[in-house]
Amino acid sequence: MSKKWFAAPYLLWSVGFIIIPLLMIFFYGLTDRSGAFTLENVVAILSPEHSKALVLSLLLSLASTVICLLLAYPLAMILNKHHLGRGSFIVFLFILPMWMNFLLRTLAWQTLLEKTGVINSVLSALHLPALDIINTPYAIVLGMVYNFLPFMVLPIYNVLVKIDENVINAARDLGANGVQTFFKIILPLSIPGVVSGITMVFVPAMTTFVISTLLGGSKILLIGNVIEQEFTQGNNWNLGSGLSLVLMVFILVSMAFVMKYDREGEGGMF
Amino acid sequence: MVKRGVERLYLVLIFIFLYAPIATLVVLSFNASRSRAKWGGFTLEWYTEMFQNSSIMQALYNTLLIAFLSAAIATVLGTLGAMGISAMGFRMRSLCMSVTNIPMLNADIVTGISMMLLFIAMGFRFGFQSVLIAHITFNIPYVILSVMPKLKQTDKSTYEAALDLGASPVYAFFRVVLPDILPGILSGFLLSFTMSLDDFIITHFTKGPGLDTLSTKIYTEVRKGIKPEMYALSTLLFATVLILLLLINVTPELRKRAALKHAQAAARR
Amino acid sequence: MMNKKWIAASLCAVTLGAAVLSGCAGGGEASGEQVVVYNWGEYIDPEVLELFTEETGIEVVYEEFETNEIMYPRVASGAVSYDVICPSDYMIERMIQEDMLAELNYDNIPNISNMDETYMAQAEAFDPGNKYCVPYCWGTVGILYNKTMVSEPIDSWDVLWDEQYADNILMQDSVRDAFAVALKRLGYSLNSTDEAELEEAKNLLIEQKPLVQAYVIDQVRDMMIGNEAAIGVIYSGEAIYTQRENPDLEYVIPKEGSNVWIDGWVIPKNAENKENAEAFINFLCDPEIALMNFDYITYSTPNAAARELIEDEDIRNSTIAFPTAEMLEGCEFFKYLGPDVDEIYNSKWKEVKSE
Repeated sequence: MSKKWFAAPYLLWSVGFIIIPLLMIFFYGLTDRSGAFTLENVVAILSPEHSKALVLSLLLSLASTVICLLLAYPLAMILNKHHLGRGSFIVFLFILPMWMNFLLRTLAWQTLLEKTGVINSVLSALHLPALDIINTPYAIVLGMVYNFLPFMVLPIYNVLVKIDENVINAARDLGANGVQTFFKIILPLSIPGVVSGITMVFVPAMTTFVISTLLGGSKILLIGNVIEQEFTQGNNWNLGSGLSLVLMVFILVSMAFVMKYDREGEGGMF
Repeated sequence: MVKRGVERLYLVLIFIFLYAPIATLVVLSFNASRSRAKWGGFTLEWYTEMFQNSSIMQALYNTLLIAFLSAAIATVLGTLGAMGISAMGFRMRSLCMSVTNIPMLNADIVTGISMMLLFIAMGFRFGFQSVLIAHITFNIPYVILSVMPKLKQTDKSTYEAALDLGASPVYAFFRVVLPDILPGILSGFLLSFTMSLDDFIITHFTKGPGLDTLSTKIYTEVRKGIKPEMYALSTLLFATVLILLLLINVTPELRKRAALKHAQAAARR
Repeated sequence: MMNKKWIAASLCAVTLGAAVLSGCAGGGEASGEQVVVYNWGEYIDPEVLELFTEETGIEVVYEEFETNEIMYPRVASGAVSYDVICPSDYMIERMIQEDMLAELNYDNIPNISNMDETYMAQAEAFDPGNKYCVPYCWGTVGILYNKTMVSEPIDSWDVLWDEQYADNILMQDSVRDAFAVALKRLGYSLNSTDEAELEEAKNLLIEQKPLVQAYVIDQVRDMMIGNEAAIGVIYSGEAIYTQRENPDLEYVIPKEGSNVWIDGWVIPKNAENKENAEAFINFLCDPEIALMNFDYITYSTPNAAARELIEDEDIRNSTIAFPTAEMLEGCEFFKYLGPDVDEIYNSKWKEVKSE
């Protein structure tokens, strides 16, 4: 009974620094400069320049989520199949890049992809045509996949490790072939990991402004860039907050998606 | 056999994808030519320049200090919070856990902006404290989520038994509860520390003048044009992380595996 | 009884946290005299800052911005109190209108006498009576091109729409500069407030976008030096620097006219160390220091005494660093156009960027 009060400092903190700040976004998002109520800032998402940015963000983040999933699932399966424990060196090697600073990882790709960058120098030395994807959506998708791939690998891997081998063996004994075992047993059992991986990739990819700035040459405007610029350049905080509210709707939808499939919280990162 | 080969190949390809960019940074950090396109011979010049660059060193210091302080404070608040929450009834508990999940699941950009709006509304000056508060805020959930499972595993009655036997609550906490949940606390601390080290977006929105962390420093430098010192810095950071993780993660596991192999070999004989 | 103990314990934890926080606060501010400077990227010789601290004992807290538009909200929000800032003409005009700036006390800036009267007079256009601003650098916006990568000498903005340079063009990532290029090409004023003209300029920028390699600001310099692009829109001050690093580069003010600008030091009203800020401005107006700074950043200095000290005759008489009056004939200063027109520029720029 009395132990509850242990949580008091934390609760004070979360009211002060989580709840109230969020309410401020709601306040700014639903008022105009004079402080009167308006839905204009939220509806602004429908204007052509904002909806274009939103649709592009959705497309690029969906593309990178799918690519991450396609790359990560086989990887997690291979790592699991060879009974490589969490602490094993191979698994460690695949997690290691995740510990590099996020900006440095993106910087590395800028260095590689630039017009006179490393890849193109190598290609031209080999008399091959240049790879011209810097400052295009492809470079951004590449940056997203590279940065967020571990967020897909780990949850899937963590779920696969927990699958009881006896279940798989039983399926085999009952005559299921490899493909059947995969689709009837392994895949359904790994859904929590997959779903949690999808949101772990989708949310940061959808809301990024750093990757699009560094790899897009400021030519490509994602919804994250629009919001960031409203706060740091346009100085229209109401509009920025209104658009953030729209963004939060997408985050809520993906959270609900996780809740539906991952009730036990199995598909965690850690 | 073929399948195994394909699997190997796949691992190698992913491995190249993950490490080629990092390897490039490392190689370029030793390149005497400022141009990325050509190799101008081996040099350590960029490393000396990096160490002499007081703004990079200051950013490194700020990064570490903020990471340490925010992780420490978040660990204290989070551990107490987790203990309090676990003593609550179902409804209160789920409410608290939902609040805890907000900064974890919300987009960083929204968290950053919301903190910025709060500080501005409060008339709070941007600076070291604002960044520290923001980092503590996004760190606490990691601590709570690491400590909670450990608390679930501990036997509540031991704590109560200690109280019945006349131990003061503080004494009982340190002697009975703490040892059980210590691994959770430690992993929460480490997780917070690394999250804080890696953060760019939230710092970007809450930092004050002259206060740069490595992330914000790299961002501004990259927007001005990449300097070779940045490659040196990357290499050094990568090496540090590699060594630290090797020490923390792998050593006991490798030893365990070596011991296991040894035992297997002995058994076969 | 028990409850109270727990409450006490939790309060202790909170105060402990607060103590740590305030402890840090004390540590940060107790370091004596300081001046918080907010300046453009790559816009001062770092050694000048060190010399300033050496000479005056005032510690410099230094932060950079990329554009006037990024600088403004940081200052206007009041969340950060800068002591001395270096915006451009039109932004200074805006900040004066919005009562954000403090009047300078020239008793603390005796070195003002070194300034060329011409520029002080020019600055009166946005700062009547020179009450708020001491000019720091001035220049034009023009085209920097790589002689080996273009087929003919360049003299017009038209080249930025020339298909043969697709993917070889670097544009300014800043609203007013980008629109100035388009407006000037169309023969309009770069202070146009006419919706139809702005719409035309917007469409021109959208038409240009597929040819643009990247929208950049400070990066133009390194990318042009590194032969990453053939043509870049850049400030005149970068011309000498980039030519020094890469002799193939040439700077030109297009014949249609361009933007001429003055950046100046101002002190915001909420500055905490106004006298230190004035000492800083005064230090920068010292001829020796201004010369040292000019050598490093190569932006034209309005400091007459410093210009006299330039040893290299070519640079002292360089028409890139110090263009003649007839070269500047078609050039205009930016004006602050008011919040409503600003909004139009911003939303049209967003349309260009989201295309």
